[in-house]
Amino acid sequence: MQPIIEIKGLRKSYGALAVVKDLSLDIHAGEIFAILGPNGAGKTTTVEILEGFRNADSGEISVLGINPAIKGKAGLAWRNRIGIVLQSTQDTAELTVREALTHFASYYSNPRDVNDVIALVGLSEKADDRARTLSGGQRRRLDVGLGIIGRPELLFLDEPTTGFDPEARRAFWVLIKQLKTEGTTILLTTHYLDEAEALADRVAVMNHGEILEVSTPALLGGRSQAKATVSWSEGGVAKSERTDTPTDFVKSLSNRLGGEIPELSIHRPSLEDIYLSMIGATHE
Amino acid sequence: MSNQLPGAVAIGIKRGGLELKQFFRQRESVVFTLLFPLILLAIFGSVFSNTIAPNVTFSQYFVAGMIASALVNTGFQQIAIFIPIERDLGALKRLRGTPMPATSYFIGKAILVTVSMLLQVVLLLAAGVAFFGVNLPTQSQKWLLFIALLVMGSLVSTILGVAFSSVPKNARGASAIVSPVVIVLQFFSGVFFIFTDLPKWMQQVAAIFPLKWLTQGMRSVFLPENFATREIVGNWETGRTFAIIGIWLIVGTILAIRTFKWDRE
Repeated sequence: MQPIIEIKGLRKSYGALAVVKDLSLDIHAGEIFAILGPNGAGKTTTVEILEGFRNADSGEISVLGINPAIKGKAGLAWRNRIGIVLQSTQDTAELTVREALTHFASYYSNPRDVNDVIALVGLSEKADDRARTLSGGQRRRLDVGLGIIGRPELLFLDEPTTGFDPEARRAFWVLIKQLKTEGTTILLTTHYLDEAEALADRVAVMNHGEILEVSTPALLGGRSQAKATVSWSEGGVAKSERTDTPTDFVKSLSNRLGGEIPELSIHRPSLEDIYLSMIGATHE
Repeated sequence: MSNQLPGAVAIGIKRGGLELKQFFRQRESVVFTLLFPLILLAIFGSVFSNTIAPNVTFSQYFVAGMIASALVNTGFQQIAIFIPIERDLGALKRLRGTPMPATSYFIGKAILVTVSMLLQVVLLLAAGVAFFGVNLPTQSQKWLLFIALLVMGSLVSTILGVAFSSVPKNARGASAIVSPVVIVLQFFSGVFFIFTDLPKWMQQVAAIFPLKWLTQGMRSVFLPENFATREIVGNWETGRTFAIIGIWLIVGTILAIRTFKWDRE
């Protein structure tokens, strides 16, 4: 199957500063793909090239069969098929949720039903309130509503949950998963490792303009094979041991200590641990 | 499933409605754009009540200038301030990411300018007739000239506003730069003072820009015909007025197309 997004050898520099260096990536139909990376890694530049907002210095790009980095290619028919949720926008403040969605729906050839979208993003009770009265999380859900009103095949989400409280973040994840079940391909950039783990089918870790690894959240950085750390308390002293065979280790420890092991925990590296070691390793 | 995208004009008209809705819901924009000129008129009209020529009071002269200024306020000033605000808020970038044609955005702005301009002109005319002894033209020829000045003046003012919207780096810079530009231009162009009383160099600087010509044109509509002899060259220079506005229209359109920015960077 032809990938929805294909990138081969993408490069972009601002003056002498190479922001994206020889980046190659495929994103498949129907998946949620997350790009992780610190500020300045080149995530936003890469995504904005794919969104048709910036040109590229070189490389072959195809997004829904079009190269949006070539001037004039990212036309209206192409834009009709994608949805973009930018970082922190504050426009449409004087419009109600329903007015904003109804208006944006009029740009597309086959928009979703406005009431369906309002329900989908969980703003039914706020539908006739002006956008400026919404909380940060509600405002962001309106942004997603505006991003999906045109029934996009491909949705770009840039740092969608920055500033959310944990509850709002969970609610937002449910919404994104629902979009996936409806067949939308989603490209997500995020700072939050738990978000990538909860949502993404695959993740790419990016730093200094390069992709360090593309994998599933569970396998990234050899995470599934990484040694586990067993911690416990013995005679009031905290002890720990790194091992490939935590089950055997705990069994023998239990035998030695005569049953219950005080303060036992077994820890495998979290996605965050793996991620930090990956981007730390590339710091000069 | 239809793959037919909606037409640019249809979307543009919808955008016009949306622009107006947003305009009237923002108290600042209504006060700033529509009421401020009326306040100015009330102040200047009350302070200067002297007669500057037979049957011509200063306030009549001033009303003609304020009607010309209305084209600058609702076009140039409004557009050059609000486009950078929309750019800062991310509104323009969001629109750029949708299948909305760029033309529709500008049609929407044109509708906003036209409606706010007509409102302001009507308010100024009403105040002028009611309080400052302004006589409405009786010849249809003058009305035609008035309409032509409104159309051309509004157009050039709006286009230059779009072109100028790329100058300020951000929204805060926009009102800081645009408002002084407009006020200085009003002083130089004979809105607040009698143009022929201004120093020669000021007159010459003003003659470069459209406002001086629009102001003179509005005087030719609203002041007695024989007042023309008191203008710099002794007549209304109607042909030259439209020629200069036409040149600015062409220059402004080229600049606006070449410099318009949807994004902050």
